[in-house]
Amino acid sequence: MDINKRYTPQTWPDHPETATLEGKNKFVGFWLLLAAETVTFASLFATYLALKDRGPSGMDLTASQLFELPLVFIMTMILLTSSLTSVYAMYHMKNHNFKAMQAWLGVTVLLGATFLGLEIYEFNHYVHLGFGFTHSAFSSAFYILVGTHGAHVLFGLSWFIALMLRNGKRGLNMYNAPKFYLASLYWHFIDVVWVFIFTVVYLMGVIG
Amino acid sequence: MSSTAQKKGFGAVIWDYLTTVDHKKIAILYLISGGFFFLVGGVEAMLIRVQLMKAGNDFLSAGTYNEVMTMHGTTMIFLAAMPLLLAFMNAIVPLQIGARDVAFPFLNSLGFWLFLFGGIFLNLSWFMGGAPDAGWTNYASLALASEGHGIDFYALGLTISGFGSLIAGINFLVTIINMRAPGMTYMRMPLFTWTTFVASALILLAFPPLTVGIFFMVFDRMFGANFFDVTMGGNTIIWEHLFWIFGHPEVYILILPAFGIFSEIFAIFSRKRLFGYSALVFATILIGFYGFMVWAHHMFTVGLGPTANAIFALATMAIAVPTGVKIFNWLLTIWGGSVSFQTPMLYAVAFIPSFTAGGVTGVMQAIAPLDYQLHDSYFIVAHFHYVIVGGVVLGLLAGTHLYWPKMFGTMLSESLGKWTFWLFFIGFHLTFFIQHFLGLMGMPRRVYTFVGDQGWDLYNAISSFGAIFMAAGVIILLVNVVITQVKNVRVGNDPWGDGRTLEWALPSPPPYYNFAQTPLVRGLDPYWIEKMEGNKKGMTFAEPLGDFHMPNGSIIPFVMSLGLFVASFGAMYHLDGDKPWALAVLIIGLLITFGSMLVRSLKDDLGYYVTKEELLEDIKRGESDGHQ
Amino acid sequence: MIKGLKKWRLFALMTALTVFLAGCGREEISTLIPAGGVAQDQFNLLILSSVVMLFVIIVVSIIFVLAVTKFRRSKLGEDLIPEQVEGSAKLEFLWTAIPIVLILILAIPTVYSTFDLADVSTMDVQAEEGDGMTNLTVNVTGKLYWWEFEYPEHGIVTAQELVVPTDERVYFNLIAADIKHSFWIPSIGGKLDVNPENVNTFYLYFDQESAELEDGVFYGKCAELCGPSHALMDFKVKSLNSDDFDQWVADMQADEPAPVEGALAEEGQEIFEQSCIACHATSGVGASGQVGPNLATFGDRNRVAGYLEHDEENLKNWIADPQLYKPGNLMPDAESLNDGEPFSEQELDALAAYLMGLTVEE
Repeated sequence: MDINKRYTPQTWPDHPETATLEGKNKFVGFWLLLAAETVTFASLFATYLALKDRGPSGMDLTASQLFELPLVFIMTMILLTSSLTSVYAMYHMKNHNFKAMQAWLGVTVLLGATFLGLEIYEFNHYVHLGFGFTHSAFSSAFYILVGTHGAHVLFGLSWFIALMLRNGKRGLNMYNAPKFYLASLYWHFIDVVWVFIFTVVYLMGVIG
Repeated sequence: MSSTAQKKGFGAVIWDYLTTVDHKKIAILYLISGGFFFLVGGVEAMLIRVQLMKAGNDFLSAGTYNEVMTMHGTTMIFLAAMPLLLAFMNAIVPLQIGARDVAFPFLNSLGFWLFLFGGIFLNLSWFMGGAPDAGWTNYASLALASEGHGIDFYALGLTISGFGSLIAGINFLVTIINMRAPGMTYMRMPLFTWTTFVASALILLAFPPLTVGIFFMVFDRMFGANFFDVTMGGNTIIWEHLFWIFGHPEVYILILPAFGIFSEIFAIFSRKRLFGYSALVFATILIGFYGFMVWAHHMFTVGLGPTANAIFALATMAIAVPTGVKIFNWLLTIWGGSVSFQTPMLYAVAFIPSFTAGGVTGVMQAIAPLDYQLHDSYFIVAHFHYVIVGGVVLGLLAGTHLYWPKMFGTMLSESLGKWTFWLFFIGFHLTFFIQHFLGLMGMPRRVYTFVGDQGWDLYNAISSFGAIFMAAGVIILLVNVVITQVKNVRVGNDPWGDGRTLEWALPSPPPYYNFAQTPLVRGLDPYWIEKMEGNKKGMTFAEPLGDFHMPNGSIIPFVMSLGLFVASFGAMYHLDGDKPWALAVLIIGLLITFGSMLVRSLKDDLGYYVTKEELLEDIKRGESDGHQ
Repeated sequence: MIKGLKKWRLFALMTALTVFLAGCGREEISTLIPAGGVAQDQFNLLILSSVVMLFVIIVVSIIFVLAVTKFRRSKLGEDLIPEQVEGSAKLEFLWTAIPIVLILILAIPTVYSTFDLADVSTMDVQAEEGDGMTNLTVNVTGKLYWWEFEYPEHGIVTAQELVVPTDERVYFNLIAADIKHSFWIPSIGGKLDVNPENVNTFYLYFDQESAELEDGVFYGKCAELCGPSHALMDFKVKSLNSDDFDQWVADMQADEPAPVEGALAEEGQEIFEQSCIACHATSGVGASGQVGPNLATFGDRNRVAGYLEHDEENLKNWIADPQLYKPGNLMPDAESLNDGEPFSEQELDALAAYLMGLTVEE
């Protein structure tokens, strides 16, 4: 694989992410990693459900009292939108339009950062209500589940930023195309996990 | 970077191994470090048997015994059996599928160093205030109450080495999916590759629950979380579930590759193709699949209720069917063959009755009401040693003899090998057979001593006596290794004479790029096919001789793992509150890790090309040595 | 040489015989000598499964022995290339189908028994006159290296020695006060875990009066690793016929302090009331949740600290240094109970004399 080889939209392959053996390996390997991540989150969800509303005797902070949907709904919309913008970025990546890809990735990062900011605000709010990490088994399970997702968001953002900076001057090639692709795949995964968190933690928490 | 480099200084060799991304060298690293931990775990086992040789013995104190018992289990499973299997997977699987290396050579190296530093970290607990003492299962209520840092060593050490295993699992999956030689369809893959494939999938799906459980444990012990704190609404059964959702597949992660090694041996030493190859493959997949649905059979006595117990009992019994299919197919492989009883075959032959015994007691334990009696008694100890020693360890010893020539280019002594075999085999049955009856007579497991005159004295003495034989066998194996390497008699491609799969078509040890030309696979047992057709060149090739691409070595995996190792100390001591330097250590460690990750991502590492001229030179030299 | 061989043979024979005779273990603790309905059910399952498994082992062994003897290369010649058989669908079907049948044979009693042994529906049913059932419930609490047994229907509590009636179901509610334990009386029935977060319930059935046993009691064990002295967390079980049991309950409920006989015992009582009574009750009337084991029946017991011979010497040693005998247990050391001084020999004698006199059975 020649990193200096220059491509035009005409010579650029249809699936640059799997055009080389390295790319193919990364592609399959990353899907497998996502399988492992899925099991990780499944374990966290199971634990959360087992410990939901559990605490020391006389605990009064339960899910239905704590969670409020409007803010979380806005967060959900922001993250879903960022998934969409990363799809646009990948569309341009496949067409070898580097500038447009970078621009859409930039939008994705901004949306992701907004989401993260709102999540920090939300956590801060709960802590002020007395619902800290050590408050109860419920609080531990909640913060670890949602916090692990937040850490994934942070990692995804850092990954996008690092890729954008590192390749800002070099443009797209067969070496970095799979990396962009995988980062955006990762971002979709984070988004899917959040949909489950929204449903299981917040919706089910408020309703019942 | 050329194989022509002849004599290297000692320092250069060390540096070579620290930076290597060659799967064959990483295999040797796994073999040495796994072998070392096997000896450590073996010494711990001997201490256990000395303590239990008579009633009321005071050789070990109660606390020390629990540490030794915990570390024996943890070391043997995580630091000996898994890495030794990974050694053979690394050494052989890429060769068997005709690949030049694994899919992610850099990650392969990272996986090894993570495992090694995790293992060292865990074992340093002996010298730094006490080892973990809550059993390898580390049940939450006891682990949370355990004083000192033992459990923290367990949690952090296993986290680090667990990431190593996860990386290795992904790596083998991708390698096998993407890098098979032309013609190597899934149903032409050698059984060892198949079992590696399934075991890797199990690693991928089984380690995350363990990691999650350990994270809960770390957060509970260090940061005041309440996952397992009953007074704060926590629930310790969650740990048991997470641990066994990992723990049961872990058993198959260990035994399946051992099955693979035995399958290779039965075919080679019976000079006959595997009977019912597709049935064996299907059974392997089925066992892996069932492995995830039976974890609660470790928890029959927890009080999950009769419905759960009945379901898990039936699911567990079902595993006996594919396992039985395997046993019979192996027997039928021998049947009608021309059986040569060289050392690897001795182990394989001895494995059948030993593992069958372990398997049938497994079915007995699946009978939930009966398990109420057997659970946590010495019957269980006997059962899992029959499976792990009678299956996995025999497989490892067999693999050591079988693949030694392919890894090192020399043959272990047959006569010493047979000594090892007989001593180990007799010792194994002496030690563990009797323990079934100890359990039935009411002896609980994990007891540091027992009161005399409960009917257990004689059997414990016999069990301890048997352990001496096993130790003697292992010592002779070590002597064998030393003598063999000192004598250094080189062997050719196919030292057993009846090799069937691609690895035996290569020189022993193979050149660093494995195949100069990618082979063309024309059926199951491709090398055997070529031999039977009298192919003088050894193989049919799928491509003309030409340049190809290889990855560069790198020290970064080592440094990254070292950083996590350092950071773990910082994290652990930081929470003591009275050690201000700990925070600095934590930060330095993380800086090392993230710094080296940064270097890795900023510096493009594109590898290098092996040229045709170099290959031709290698081939010519090989022919003049008479090894081609 | 021949003589030596003969001796060796004799020795081997003797060894084999001893091993065989020891084969079933002691009746106080062996699952192979069941003394209760539950253990009997489980023993039957053991026999059934052993027979089925023995069949499997015999089949495998026959094929195995034939295969490794008939097809040795030394017999067949070095150069033979055997026929490369691919497999046989018929055989594969056979050795899939037969194990499935065997497993079905095991599965049916397994499922039946699993539900049967978990059936505690009659537990809270009021006993009716004349049906022979009293539905006795015992609340068991596992604590760091000792067991507490509460009889809620009778308002009495004891420790370390479980007393139960024979020939009726006895229900157990199990919970741990600290670390997870597991409650196991091997010759009476399989174990159930003692969890810290939930009450586990099951029943056992005692067929035999323990007085008929050599040691007079059944042995109970903790089967789940619970810390350094896990191995020593033993308890004993006295099974009495229902008349004797009713008598024992009445004696416990009567709560008459045992007569303190002799000056030494009186001195012991004085020390006890100063140093020990804060944790150890000497009255059997009460509920669970006591700090230390209830000592109302101490003089009737079979062991000191659950595992030591029941004599004054061991009792004195135990009081003088509990950590030496059960590392990690929660009993304070003698100094902290006795104003910083270890108990003197005289004080230990006195305490022992007093404690050995605590009895309800006479």
